[in-house]
Amino acid sequence: MTEFIQQLINGLSLGAIYALIALGYTMVYGILRFINFAHGDVYMVGAYMGFYLAPSIMRGFGQKSIASGIVILVAAMAICAALGIVIERLVYRPLRNRPKLTVLITAIGVSLFLENAGQYVFGPDPKAFPDIINDHAIEGLGDLTVTVSQVLVLAVTVALLLLLTWIVKKTKLGMAMRALSFNPVAASLMGINNDVVIAFTFGLGSALAAAAGILFAISYPSIDPLMGILPGLKAFVAAVLGGIGNIPGAALGGVLIGLVETLVVGYSDTIHIPSTYRDAVAFAILILILLFKPTGLLGAADREKV
Amino acid sequence: MFERPKTLFAVAVALSFAVSKFSGGVNPYYYDIILSIGINIILAVSLNLVNGHTGQFSLGHAGFMAAGAYTAAAFTTFVPPHHIATTLFFLLALFAGGLAAALAGLAVGVPSLRLKGDYLAIVTLGFGQIIVVILQNIDAVGASRGFSVASGYTNFFWTYFFAALTVYVIVHLVDSTYGRGFLAVRDDEIAADAMGINTTKYKVVAFTLGAFFAGIAGGLYAHFKQFISPDGFDFFKSVDIVVMVILGGMGNTAGVIFAAVLLTILPEWLRTVSGCTFLPHWLRDVAQNRMILYSLLLIVLMLTRPQGLFGDARLFRRTPKFKKP
Repeated sequence: MTEFIQQLINGLSLGAIYALIALGYTMVYGILRFINFAHGDVYMVGAYMGFYLAPSIMRGFGQKSIASGIVILVAAMAICAALGIVIERLVYRPLRNRPKLTVLITAIGVSLFLENAGQYVFGPDPKAFPDIINDHAIEGLGDLTVTVSQVLVLAVTVALLLLLTWIVKKTKLGMAMRALSFNPVAASLMGINNDVVIAFTFGLGSALAAAAGILFAISYPSIDPLMGILPGLKAFVAAVLGGIGNIPGAALGGVLIGLVETLVVGYSDTIHIPSTYRDAVAFAILILILLFKPTGLLGAADREKV
Repeated sequence: MFERPKTLFAVAVALSFAVSKFSGGVNPYYYDIILSIGINIILAVSLNLVNGHTGQFSLGHAGFMAAGAYTAAAFTTFVPPHHIATTLFFLLALFAGGLAAALAGLAVGVPSLRLKGDYLAIVTLGFGQIIVVILQNIDAVGASRGFSVASGYTNFFWTYFFAALTVYVIVHLVDSTYGRGFLAVRDDEIAADAMGINTTKYKVVAFTLGAFFAGIAGGLYAHFKQFISPDGFDFFKSVDIVVMVILGGMGNTAGVIFAAVLLTILPEWLRTVSGCTFLPHWLRDVAQNRMILYSLLLIVLMLTRPQGLFGDARLFRRTPKFKKP
C-alpha cells in the first residue's frame, strides 16, 4: 500500500508538469482550432532560460532563496510568453485563414526549427540544471519518500491553475478568450480585437509551458534541446484525453497521463510490460481515446457542418 | 512519352539495367549517393500517395520503412538460402519486408478512418514511435545496439527497378478510374462520401500500399547500408520524407521525385560548403545542421508557396487537360 501511495505521489508530480503544458495546447486549440506543435519546444526554451538566468539572479536575490526561485520562474515565463507571441505574429498570423494542413506543416516546421536552432545555440549536449532549491526528502513520513521538489511542483502548479482560472473567468481578456473560442466572427462583431486576444492566448500558454520547463528541470536536473519532444507529445495526448479545448480537462488529462505512465513503469513486473515501453504508453492511450471517445473525458462533440 | 506510364516504366527498367552494366568503375561515394537517391524516390513517391493524392497527413513513414528493413534483414539473416538463387532470395526478403510494412500500414489505416488532419498526424507519429520502441526491445535483431546485415544484395539495378515500379504503380493507380477516388477523398471527403465513394476503403488502401513500398525501400536500405538501428528510423527520418513530398508539391509525382533527388544531394553539397574555410564561421555551422535549413524551408514554403515548388504542374498525365470554355 505504501508503495502504491508512493507511485501516486510520483505520478501526480509528473502529471502536474504535463498538465501545465497541456493547458497551452488546449487554449490555442480552443481559439484557433489547430495544434501548436511547437509548444513542447517552448517548454524546452523555458528550461534553458532558467538555466542561463539562474546564476545571475541567485547572485542578486540570494542563493536558493524563495525570492530568487520566484524571480527565475517569472523571468523565464515572461521571456517565453514573448517568444510565443513572436511566433504567432511572424508565422501563424499570416496563415490564419489558410487550410488546416498548411498551418499544421508550418507548426511542425517551427517545432523543428526551435529544436535544431536550440542545438546550435545551446549546444547539443545535456546540461546540468543549477540547484535553485534545497532539494531533499521530507522527514517524518514513514516509508514514503516525498521530496521538496515534488511538493514545490504541485504547489506551483495549483497556484498557476488558480491564477489561470481567475484570468479566464474573471478578467475582460479572459471573457474575450471564451467569446472567441465560442464564435470568432460574432466575437469580433462585438468589438473584440481578435488579434490581441489570440496573441494573449499564445503568451499565456507559452508562459505556462516555461513554468513547466523550470519545474521539470528542478525535479530532473538535466536539460537538452530535444527534451521538449516527448513531454510535448504526451501533454498533447493529455489535452485530447481531457477533451481538447477544455481547460479543466487538460489539467485532468495531464494528471491522468502522469499517473498511468508512473504506474506502468512502477508495476512493470506485475503487469508484464517492460518499463522501456513507458514512452509508448501515452500513444497507446491516445489511440484508445480517439477510437472510443474522440471528444475526450470532458469535451463536447464538435459537429462538422457542410 | 510522359503521358504513357507503361512506356516510361519499360524505358526506366531498361535504362537502369543498361546503366548497371556500365557502373563498375563508379566512385563508391557517388555510388552511395546514387543508391540513396533511388531509395528516397521510393519513400517520397509512396508517401505522396498518402499525403498528396489522398490528402491524409502521415508522419510515420519511417516507421513503415523500419518494419520493412528489419523484416527483410531478418529474412536474409535467419532463413538459410538453401538451393535458391540469390536474386530470388533477395526478392523474397524484400517482399516479406513490404508485406510486414503493409500489415503495419493496415494497423494504422484502420483506426485512422475516424481521424483527420492534426489528429491523424499525431497518431501516425505515435505509431512510428511505437514501432521504434518495439524494435528497441527485440533482442534477436540487436535491440537498440543495431542490427548488422551480412549480405549487401542491393545494387543499382534493383534499387532503380523498384523506384520505377513504385512510380509506375502509383501513377497508374491514381490515374485510373478507381484511383480518382483517392483524389476525391482529398478534395472533399464529405462530398466523396455522398457520391458513393467508400472513403474508408480508399484511405486504408492508400496507407497499406504506401507502407508496402516504404517497406521495400527499407529492405533495399538494409541490404545497402548493411547496418540498421532503430534510431535511424525516428521522427526526423519521417520528416525528411515529408519535406520531400511538400517541397515537390503534394500530389505531384514528378515534383516529388525531383525533390527527393534534390534533398538527397543537398546535404552532401552542404557538407562541402561547411568545409569551405573562406566562408564565415556561422554560415558553415548552419550548413552543417541541415535540419535548421529544412525547418526554415518548411516555414517559408508554407508562407509563400504552400503548393510546393511545382504545385499542380503535371509531368505524368494520361488524360488530356481540359480548358474551361
